[in-house]
Parts: sequence; structure tokens; C-alpha cells
Amino acid sequence: MNPPVSDWPTRSADLSDDGILEISMGPQHPSTHGVFRMNVKLDGETVVWLKPVFGYLHRNHEKLAEKMSYLGSMPYTDRLDYFSSLSNNWAYALSVEKLTGIEVPERAEYLRVLLAELTRLQNHSAFLGFLLGDMGAWGSALMYAFRERDLILDLFESLTGSRMMCNYMRFGGCRCDLPEGWLGQARKVVDGFPAFLDEMEQLLVGNEILVARTQGVGVLAGADAINAGLTGPMLRASGVDYDIRKVDHYGIYDRFDFRVPLGEHGDTYDRFMIRLLEMRESLKILDAVLRDLPEGPILDPKSKSRGLRPPVGEAYTRVEAPKGELGFYLISDKSPEPYRYRVRPPSLINLTLLEDMCLGSKIADVMVILGSIDIVLGEVDR
Amino acid sequence: MLPTETQPQTQRIRPALNFAARRPWCTLALLIAAALVVGTGVLFLLNLKAPGLLTAALMDALSDPGQAPVLLKQGLLNYLENGWSFAPWMLELTSIFMVIGTLLAVFGVIFALTSLVERKVLARIQNRFGPNRVGPWGLFQPLADAVKMLIKEDIVPTGADKVLHLLAPIIMLVPALLVLAILPYGPGMAPIELGVGILFFFALGATTEVGVFMAGWGSNNKYSLIGAMRSIAQMISYEIPLFLAALSVVMLSGSLSPDAIVSAQSGYAFSFVPHWFVFTPWGFAGFVLFFTAALAESNRSPFDLPEGESELVAGHMTEYSGFKYAVFFMAEYIGLLGICGFAVALFLGGWHAPLPWLEWIPGYLWFFIKLYSLVLLAIWVRGTVPRMRGDHLMGFAWKFMIPMGFAIILAAAVWHYAGGGVLGWVASAVIVLMPYLALGRVVSIQYPASRRVYRFSES
Amino acid sequence: MKNPLTLPGLGILKGMAVTARNLVGSYYGTKRLHTISYPEERLALPENSRNFPFLVYDGEDADGGLRCTACRICEKECPPQVITIVPERDENGKLTKHPTVFDIDLNACMSCQICVEVCPFESIKMDSAFEYSSFEHVESLVLHKSDLAKPNSYYHDIKPTEATAVDANLEAERQRKAEAAAKKEAALQAKKAAAAAKSAAADAEKTPPTPDTDASD
Repeated sequence: MNPPVSDWPTRSADLSDDGILEISMGPQHPSTHGVFRMNVKLDGETVVWLKPVFGYLHRNHEKLAEKMSYLGSMPYTDRLDYFSSLSNNWAYALSVEKLTGIEVPERAEYLRVLLAELTRLQNHSAFLGFLLGDMGAWGSALMYAFRERDLILDLFESLTGSRMMCNYMRFGGCRCDLPEGWLGQARKVVDGFPAFLDEMEQLLVGNEILVARTQGVGVLAGADAINAGLTGPMLRASGVDYDIRKVDHYGIYDRFDFRVPLGEHGDTYDRFMIRLLEMRESLKILDAVLRDLPEGPILDPKSKSRGLRPPVGEAYTRVEAPKGELGFYLISDKSPEPYRYRVRPPSLINLTLLEDMCLGSKIADVMVILGSIDIVLGEVDR
Repeated sequence: MLPTETQPQTQRIRPALNFAARRPWCTLALLIAAALVVGTGVLFLLNLKAPGLLTAALMDALSDPGQAPVLLKQGLLNYLENGWSFAPWMLELTSIFMVIGTLLAVFGVIFALTSLVERKVLARIQNRFGPNRVGPWGLFQPLADAVKMLIKEDIVPTGADKVLHLLAPIIMLVPALLVLAILPYGPGMAPIELGVGILFFFALGATTEVGVFMAGWGSNNKYSLIGAMRSIAQMISYEIPLFLAALSVVMLSGSLSPDAIVSAQSGYAFSFVPHWFVFTPWGFAGFVLFFTAALAESNRSPFDLPEGESELVAGHMTEYSGFKYAVFFMAEYIGLLGICGFAVALFLGGWHAPLPWLEWIPGYLWFFIKLYSLVLLAIWVRGTVPRMRGDHLMGFAWKFMIPMGFAIILAAAVWHYAGGGVLGWVASAVIVLMPYLALGRVVSIQYPASRRVYRFSES
Repeated sequence: MKNPLTLPGLGILKGMAVTARNLVGSYYGTKRLHTISYPEERLALPENSRNFPFLVYDGEDADGGLRCTACRICEKECPPQVITIVPERDENGKLTKHPTVFDIDLNACMSCQICVEVCPFESIKMDSAFEYSSFEHVESLVLHKSDLAKPNSYYHDIKPTEATAVDANLEAERQRKAEAAAKKEAALQAKKAAAAAKSAAADAEKTPPTPDTDASD
């Protein structure tokens, strides 16, 4: 049984009761990216203590997977980080492929990279919009970002059947091949994206109010980030050069020429700019993929969807999801259901340093810092 | 299962509402036709009392459109005197009520229109339609909003100070309405030609802040209190740059009366550049300062911290619902209209036309055109920038705007005493530019803003 | 970092230029105003779009023409377990290849499409209709066999490419089966003929030749 909130160990031992205001932000709050609550103690306007409370969206994903076949868990992985369902699918498929040893054909690998980078583009666009919405920009940047994101979601719908819950990767490749005209449409979207990025940069990057609200706010040192296990754009914004696409060389990423942007100060402005720069690098990868996509089968002929019984063993694979390192750990005991199924959620682990980043800053900054971590509650709570 | 029985009243008017929803243009046309028919009938009946005088009033007004409202009022008073034998004191009273009624009607319509235009323009900036279901182009939306606000339950929190809770919105609305009485709408058309108009305006602005504090304190809610205190701090800080910008104008026109200030901006240089103060270097800076401070005074973006939805609280208006909330809403908009009206009078030449060959458009129309352009500018700014944080807001006011205000006064003096030569203009511009650039650096050194260059990994 | 001498406020002005461009652009064309006024206008959904399943029947008979054989694979594989199938049994209790009850609970169906993937008989497919809102969720949102059965022509309407491919598959399957059946039939006939020939030969061997008695007279 968890101890009540007031008994949790506090950071500073001499918090007197007069002058300290304790408030609970959430779970119903316009800017907390889902049902998420923060208990905050304020001294005037400065935060002196912060404890996140989550679990409002817990849906027993890991336990459910122990009762369902491997194929049956695939649609549930869509709903983890519901913004980037294709990355979740890929991570899970990689894990099962490692367990069973199924090979993936060339065309399927290219398709996987294509869809993963499109997912990264639309996730970071949504992030830009939400961050500006948190700051009170009345939704202009949000609408522009969603306008472009919708073009990508239309692509997903015409390929996989659903805009967000794609359920597309299978163990050994992809579920279905590209329909006619899809490549042309994808090419149009990718070609039109730099103009959108330029427009967002003009709107946002030099904006004095944005700069004043994000530079120097929520500073995170690289060493702290590494110690807490942070990954993804948060880690790179603090200056640590760690991108799983470059480290693990999963998929066929080593065939593409893209750079990894790194920040210096580790504040909110850096996290915001890193994601903008990452979008530009993703566009390079997409150009190359659309140019080089080979013909061929998209599913390994030896793969089974029904009745898959992987040999006894365990596997942990990870991908560079838009939010960070998304890992799947599977233990198989040769039955149709996995013995243990564990998701390493990047949003949850990135959240562990929320209090450290927010201590000493103003209450208005807490929302901006939370927005810059880019959490999705589906992932945090599973 | 939701209950499907509706109140008897709603059932009676439901067919009419359905018709209005399905055929909006028809409804609009019908309403206009009905108004015309009823109006003509009433006028005809009234004309019988003193035949010819009403038409004479109308002819007078049409002959000189620039002074049409004044002539119309005089004609009507004439008709009342002759047709209905009003006593002089009754004529006085009627005259006062006519002016008040016209002002309230005009600004009521403008307020309703602004609340709709704001939503539509913000929506278009955000690539979407605004309200467009309730009537053509959403024109009946303000009516729908008004009905909604009126039928909501008026909740007063237990433990709230009932008197303060009730008075707060009234104390915010009445000064905003009073400001409208001293604005010069046209030549000789200020309802009250107050010799100390500027002073009156700033006094009313300060009174509004009392209303905010009453709302925050009287709500018995610590979040409202915090929001109210932040709001008052913001409004007091931004009064000073407002005042300094107005001071430079007062200095140069030599009077506190808005009419005199507007008259000082008459005429054209090179026969096509008007003499408005905004076209001088100090006037331009003063106008920008005044407008920014006006946005802050009306709690509009980027200074809408007290109303920030994604921030901590909803501010001093948290505990208000129904009609009282509508009054707050109205006070905010009419306050904005009043301050923009003042900006027009002080800097944009009031009711003067911008070009000599456009002077056939009456002065009061020019006033409202300029007023509405400023409102549209405020809406444009709202759709673009995020909200400023509390300490940034205060720092901006005290460390940037107040020194700029002093610089503007100095620049105005230099411009005036140089007697209008090119040297005076250049010196004035320099006196305004130097602090602007220098203070920009100072303010940004506080929060070390830097133009950053990002490196990429080696691998 | 050295702060270069920039005009404070210039960033905001550039941002205002972007919003102005969007404001003006929203009146020209659909790039900057792509709202569809539902329900007066509706977007055409892409072909692959999926929402809830439906059952395909061939021909005119909505019940007898169902391709479904009540094998219950989709019921087993469905992750949220929303499918309920009761197969039909004839008078002797033997399973006929036909479902009596086929219910899908739309309240819990998550449109994952796994039932479509695992069906061996191409009998359940994904529909793209989405206007199912109702005031209560048992009578209107649990679909029964009669609600789910839709003709093959409907399938061709909503998903032409897929339906054509499915028809070609089914036709090829039928051909294959027909050929296999014909081959089996031919083999059976050949075996029967061989057996008959063999038995005739065996008969001929078994009966002794009749003696020639008429020749001595």
C-alpha cells in the first residue's frame, strides 16, 4: 500500500507550513498531455517540491499480453505511444524476430524505415504544436502542425487502414504492400515538408517571448541524464551523443546518411530545437528511401502469424522511437503466449527527472518543462 | 437514457429556432424586413404629431453628412419641442438619454460584432472556420452566447463576500463605459467635452483595478486571489508606460482635452502626409508603447497571464458564472475599445481623414475605421505570440517600457524645439532608437538569450 | 555566447507575417483551410480504410450464401474477444458448415483486423462505415448475423482492388478444387475400370473352357 502523499520524503527537510502552498495540477488539466497529475509545493511562485502521480491510464497491457498470442498483442502495442504506433509495432516485431530467428526481406526493411521516419515527423510536429499550446499561443502553431501531420496520417490510412492504430508490422515483414499511387503521394508530402518547417521556424525560433520562456528553463546536465537512464531527444539536447539508430544499426539505418543534432545547454529551447533539426534529418532519410525502394516480397515466407511458438529463450530489442529508447523484453517458454512481456517506456523513464528539472523554477515553467519532455500517458501507464 | 421531454416554453419557440437554423439568410432578411416595416409605421404615426419636422430633420442630416448625428439629434429635439411640447428641462433630459442610448447601442453592437470577429479572425489564422453554424457567417453567434450566459445558474460560493462578489463586475464595467463618453468621435461630437479628459481616463483605468481585486478577494478562493494579485500587479505596472506615452502627446498639444489633441493633428504636410503624431519618430514609438501597454491593461495576449487557461488558475474570474461572467467579458472588450479609441485620438489623428481627397467620408466613420483596425491588430497579435511569464512581464514593463517612455518624452521635446527642421527629426529618431537597442540588449542579458548554433555528432 | 545586435521585437514581427500569410491564404484554395463541413460534405475514405468487420455473402441469399463456415478461428484469435459464434448443427447433431449465431460487439471491437487476416475462407472483411452512434450500447452496438451480412457487390463497392483479388483467389481455389476433384474422379474411374478389367480377366481364368461335344456326332 503506498504511503499517503504527505509522507513522501521531501527534498528539503525544513519546509515550514506557512507560506508553502500545496496544489495538485491535474489530472484534468488542459496541458498535461493526458491524465497526469503533479503534486507541487510552491513558495510564492517558486517550486520547492514536485511529485508526479500517474497510473490513470493503466490498462494492464503487459499482463494481457501473457494471455494472448504473439499476434494478438500487436494491436495493443499500437496503443502504447498512440502517436507513434508504427515505431511500437516495429520494436515488438523486432523482439519476436530475435526470439524466432525470422529474417526480413529487403523491401520490408525499407518500408519499415520509411514508416518509422514518417512517424517521427508527425510526432515531432505534434510536439511543436503542443508545446506552443502549453505556452498559451492560442493554438496557431498547433493548427499548422496538425495540418501537416494530417497529410502523413492520410498516408498511413491509405496504407494500413487506420490513421493512428496502424497494426502494420508482422513478424518477418509487413502486413500488406503499398497501394497504387501511394509512393507518389508520399513523395509529395515529403517534398512539401521543408516549406512547413521553414514556416514554423520563422514563426517560432526568433520569437522573443518563446526564447525568454524556454532558454535557461529546465536545465538538465548530460551526466544527470545518463545516470537517470534518459534517452531520445532529451538526452541529445543535453549534449550526449547517443542515437540508437547509430549505435545499434538496427534495420538498414547504416545505409542512410543522416546526422544527429546535439544540444549544448540542455534547456527547453534546446529540446525544442533538437526536434526541429531531427525532422530535417528524417527528411533526408525519407528522400533516400523513396528513391531506393526495391521490389520484392514484404513478408518472409517462413513466418507464421497464427500459432507462433517461438523457441525457449529471451530477447530484448530496442528502437529509437520518437520519444526515446523503446524496448521490448520477451521471455518465451514455447507456448503460444509469452511468459513475460515487458515494455521499456521512454516517457516514463524520461519523467523521473521532472522534479530535478523543476525545482527552483516558477510554476509557469512547470508546464513548459513537462511539455518539452514530450510524454504520452499511454506509454507511461501502459 | 436521456429524458426527451423539454420545457413547454422551449417547445413553443423550437419551431422558430429550427427555421432560423435551417434557413439563416431567410431569417436575416425577414428580420430586416420586419424592422423596416415596423420602423416606417412608427415613424409615420409619429410624423402625424408635427408634420414635416421629422423629414426636415432627416434632410438636414443628409445635407451635411459630416455632422449628421448632431443635426439629427437637434432635429429630433426640435420635433419633440413642437410636436409634443416638451419643456426645456425635458428636452435636456431627452438629449442626455439620446446620447447615452446611441453610445450604448453603437458600442453594444460593436462589442457583439467584435466577439464574433475575434473568433472568426483567430480561426482563419489557425486555418479553420470560426463559428459558422448559427446564422450566415455566424452572425447570430453573439445572440446565442448572450442567451447562454443569461440562462446559466448564478453560483456564488459559500463563504464568499456576497456584496463584493456582486459589485466587482459592476465596478469593472462602469468605468469602461464612462471612458466612452469623452472620446471625440467627430468634429464637435464628443459627448462630453472634458477639459481634463486624459486625467479622467487614467483615473477610470485605476478604478477598474479595484474591481479586479474585489473579484479576487470576494471569491473566497486562494487561486482567484493569486490570480487577482498578479492581475493587479500587471495592470499597475503597465499604467506608467501608458501614461508616459500619453504625456508626450499632451506636452506637444498643450492640453489635456482629447478634442484639442485631435485638433492639433489636423492638416497635411506636402499636401498628402497627415499631421498625425504617429508619423513622427517619437509619436511612432509612443504609439507602439501605448498599444502594447493597452494590450496589457486589457489582459490580452501576450499579457493574459491572469486568464491563462494552461497556467495555474483561471484568475479572478474563476468563481463567476452566468450573467456576472458576461459582464466581465463585456467590461474587458469595452475597456479594449475605450483604450483603442484613446490611442486613435492621441496618435492616429482622431476623426481626421488620412488623405485630402478622402475627406468626404464623415469623421465619425474614420474614427470607427481606425478604432477597428487597432482591434484587428490586437486580434492578430493574440493569434501569433505565446503568453509571457509573470516575471518577464514585470521586467518588460519596468526595465524596458518605462525608460523608453522617458526617452520618448525627451525625443518629443527635441522635435518640438527644433522647430520642424530635418535636424529635429533626425535627432528625435536617434533619441528613440538608442535606448530601444540598448535596452533590448539589457533585457535579454537578464535571461541570457542567445542565438544558438547546434553541432552534429561526428559519426 | 555573444548576443548580436538585433532589433528586439523583430522575431515577433516575423511571426506575425506568418500568421498574416495564413489568414490571407485561408481565403484562397484549400491548403490553408482544409476543414470539411461535416455532415454536409464528406471526405471519400481511402480504399484500405478499416473500421468494423462484416460478413460477405455470395449471391442473393443473405444467410445461405455466407462464406463463413463457423470454423471459429476468428473468435479464437480476436484480441478483445468480441466475436461470438454458435455453429449450426443438423438433426443428428452433426456440425453443418454454417453459423447460427455470429455476434460482434462493437463496443469493444478495436478494428485491429486480425479476424480478417486469419480467416481461411475470405468470409469476414473490414467495412469502412463509421456512423454507428446511438443512444444505448446493447441493442444497437452488438451486431448480429443479419446486420453483419453484406453482399459481395457491397464489398466490391467499398474495396474494389481487394475484392477483385479475393474473387480471383476464390476462383483459383475453386478451379484447383475442381481440378483436384476431377483428377480424383478420373483416378477413381481408372481404378474402377482397372479393377473391372482385372476381375473380368480373373473370371475368364477361373471358368474352365467348355468341352467341344457337338463335334463327335
